[in-house]
Amino acid sequence: MTAQGTQPDLLYSEEEEALRAAVRDLLTDHCDPGRVIARTESDTPHDPALWKALSEGMGLAGLLVPEERGGQGATHREAAVVLEELGRAVAPVPYLTSAVVATEALLACPGEDAAALLTELASGRTVGALAVALSTAPDGAHRTVRHEDGLLHGELTGIADVAAADVLLVPAADGGLYAVDANAVTVTPRVSLDLTRPLATVTVDGVRGRRLGDAGPAVRRALTAGAGLLASEQLGLADWCLTETVRHLKERRQFNRPVGGFQALKHRLAQLWLEVVHTRAAARHAADALAAGSADTGVAVAVAQAYAAPVAVHAAEEAVQLHGGIGMTWEHPVHLYLKRAKADSIAYGTAGAHREALARLVDLQAP
Amino acid sequence: MTDAAPRSTAPDATELRRLTAELLAAHPPLETDRTAFLEARFDAGLAWVHYPEGLGGLGAPRTLQAVVDAELEAAGAPDNDPRRIGIGLGMAAPTILGFGTREQRERFLRPLWVGEEVWCQLFSEPGAGSDLAALGTRAVREGDDWVIDGQKVWTSSAHLARWAILIARTDPSVPKHRGITYFVCDMTDPGVEVRPLRQITGEAEFNEVFLTGVRIPDSHRLGEVGDGWRVAQTTLMNERVSIGGMRIPREGGMIGPVAKTWRERPELRTHDLHQRLLKLWVEAEVGRLTGERLRQQLVAGQPGPEGSGLKLGFARLNQEISGLEVELRGEEGLLYDDWTMRRPELVDFTGRDAGYRYLRSKGNSIEGGTSEVLLNIVAERVLGLPSEPRTDKDVAWKDLAR
Repeated sequence: MTAQGTQPDLLYSEEEEALRAAVRDLLTDHCDPGRVIARTESDTPHDPALWKALSEGMGLAGLLVPEERGGQGATHREAAVVLEELGRAVAPVPYLTSAVVATEALLACPGEDAAALLTELASGRTVGALAVALSTAPDGAHRTVRHEDGLLHGELTGIADVAAADVLLVPAADGGLYAVDANAVTVTPRVSLDLTRPLATVTVDGVRGRRLGDAGPAVRRALTAGAGLLASEQLGLADWCLTETVRHLKERRQFNRPVGGFQALKHRLAQLWLEVVHTRAAARHAADALAAGSADTGVAVAVAQAYAAPVAVHAAEEAVQLHGGIGMTWEHPVHLYLKRAKADSIAYGTAGAHREALARLVDLQAP
Repeated sequence: MTDAAPRSTAPDATELRRLTAELLAAHPPLETDRTAFLEARFDAGLAWVHYPEGLGGLGAPRTLQAVVDAELEAAGAPDNDPRRIGIGLGMAAPTILGFGTREQRERFLRPLWVGEEVWCQLFSEPGAGSDLAALGTRAVREGDDWVIDGQKVWTSSAHLARWAILIARTDPSVPKHRGITYFVCDMTDPGVEVRPLRQITGEAEFNEVFLTGVRIPDSHRLGEVGDGWRVAQTTLMNERVSIGGMRIPREGGMIGPVAKTWRERPELRTHDLHQRLLKLWVEAEVGRLTGERLRQQLVAGQPGPEGSGLKLGFARLNQEISGLEVELRGEEGLLYDDWTMRRPELVDFTGRDAGYRYLRSKGNSIEGGTSEVLLNIVAERVLGLPSEPRTDKDVAWKDLAR
């Protein structure tokens, strides 16, 4: 059993609700589903204008960065609220990958190079990406590049949001984490299941990087925060699916009744509501543990991911099914949510990987 | 609320600590008889601090009860065993407070809280379970009395109870929700017959109650004639709200014994059970966090609709966990601790074996509102989905097909 120090605060503060309202307003104006769909078919899957509004306009890229480094000095609790709203909009911005994961990796590195880079990421004018496959669990193995004669060589696959990144944080076989200019590597975009968080292969061919610190603790910290806060994105996503499906079923009529009046469907939606309510508690718990630097963080993150990932997929699958034929069309945005939810269920470790981690953490060993 | 002179302001935590210290000084718990201590506590307004003065409270915020409870527990004071008197505390008391006359509140609340008088609830009937408003027990006015005839079922504690809250039909000529009236029934009336109802666990935790010519004085009516359904809503709401008050530690529920067995008995482990155990462990932890979140919302004075769903989650989870536990025990899972017919005062999950937990938890999705009815409630009241078409809405109760 892991000790549970102080009681977690599972509610939202007034300031967090105000932050949510501001982000939601911005997304309502600048991130409508039609535009997201159109963008996924273009050469620029990310939305730079939206990113600029979020980072430069609202300072959100620097939430986790201390004030003396040009950030907001806020916590994971606030970042989680932002991610809920970004999930609700399947916003095509590199927030989770740059403002959370790459930022957390830099926060684990001492040195002036990392500190300077943090300030750049906090401004949002520079976007960072940790060059570790998106599917890697916090305690999972990941690929590295060779470090020979001061130069990096190798290939890294499954890296998210490289298309938007200016700088890559590359783990090397010598145990170091290196900052590499995105222009200095070859980025090969892959056709991704989730078009709003595209993946690429990164080829590093004799590139000089700046050593930021040890890769081990930096990657673990980054992926733990990524996994923990991903639950909030999944919460927002699932909540959108539920809300939209309920709205649709109140309007849609069949057999001379609103479809939402049929008990078979009502029970499915009530069940989904219950799952979303539980996900909210789990996601808040993870965000609060990360914010507090609690000794319970490992358990809180594993529980949140093991629970939230299948719920988000279930919510999106139910939304597709209960929208009927229209749910199968490219035109209706629900497919964006299904693709994001399914990709999220693999990102930063599957539910199964998090359950395995939990088995070790809470002493429920395998046979 | 009462005629006692009201305090100018509701007491705060400091004031409650002072009053608690005063009570402890005047009635040292170790030298005072249990009942006498509880009566003194009630009279000091420290029983349920959110109740009005003179009725065991001080009109303080409900959340401050925890302050008093902590001080009393630290001093080793006796508690009023809220589980045994759960129906009185959780259902009868808030209804009497909300709808009772001054005489009724003064007569019933003190012995109820002290635990001197146990209460039971005569709501469900063989023909009216989930469709509670379809109830057929009749109440006919005769002078100052009402004469009750009918049958109730699933009544816990009926064999221990001094009083019952009872709903009965006083007007069969109006639609079913309208002709119901709410009473306090004297369980010692000669017309009350309580028969144990043996369940799948072997024990008789519930009873059937036969009411034959039971006389209830009109002064024991709660609320207006014909308004019993509205009064009953208060009771039922409180029944479902009562969860969430307590802080539960990790592995505090049914998952605890299973996890313990898993750790202590490596020879029982299989890969399939491991997968299922971890999944249920996660769900139990998330359920616990959801309860904790609901509790924090209540403390912050912003109750959310989460409460209506919690019971649904726990019911399914308890069933799955206890089912897994029986399997985990393998050969032992084929055995059962004891089939002797008993009439327990309390449902004691942890004092009995996995087989008992498995069988008893089947009731979790039926008692206090079936999971199907609760799903409808969530869908309609939380999500705002249309209700089922109703064919009984405008039909007099007597004309309904039965």
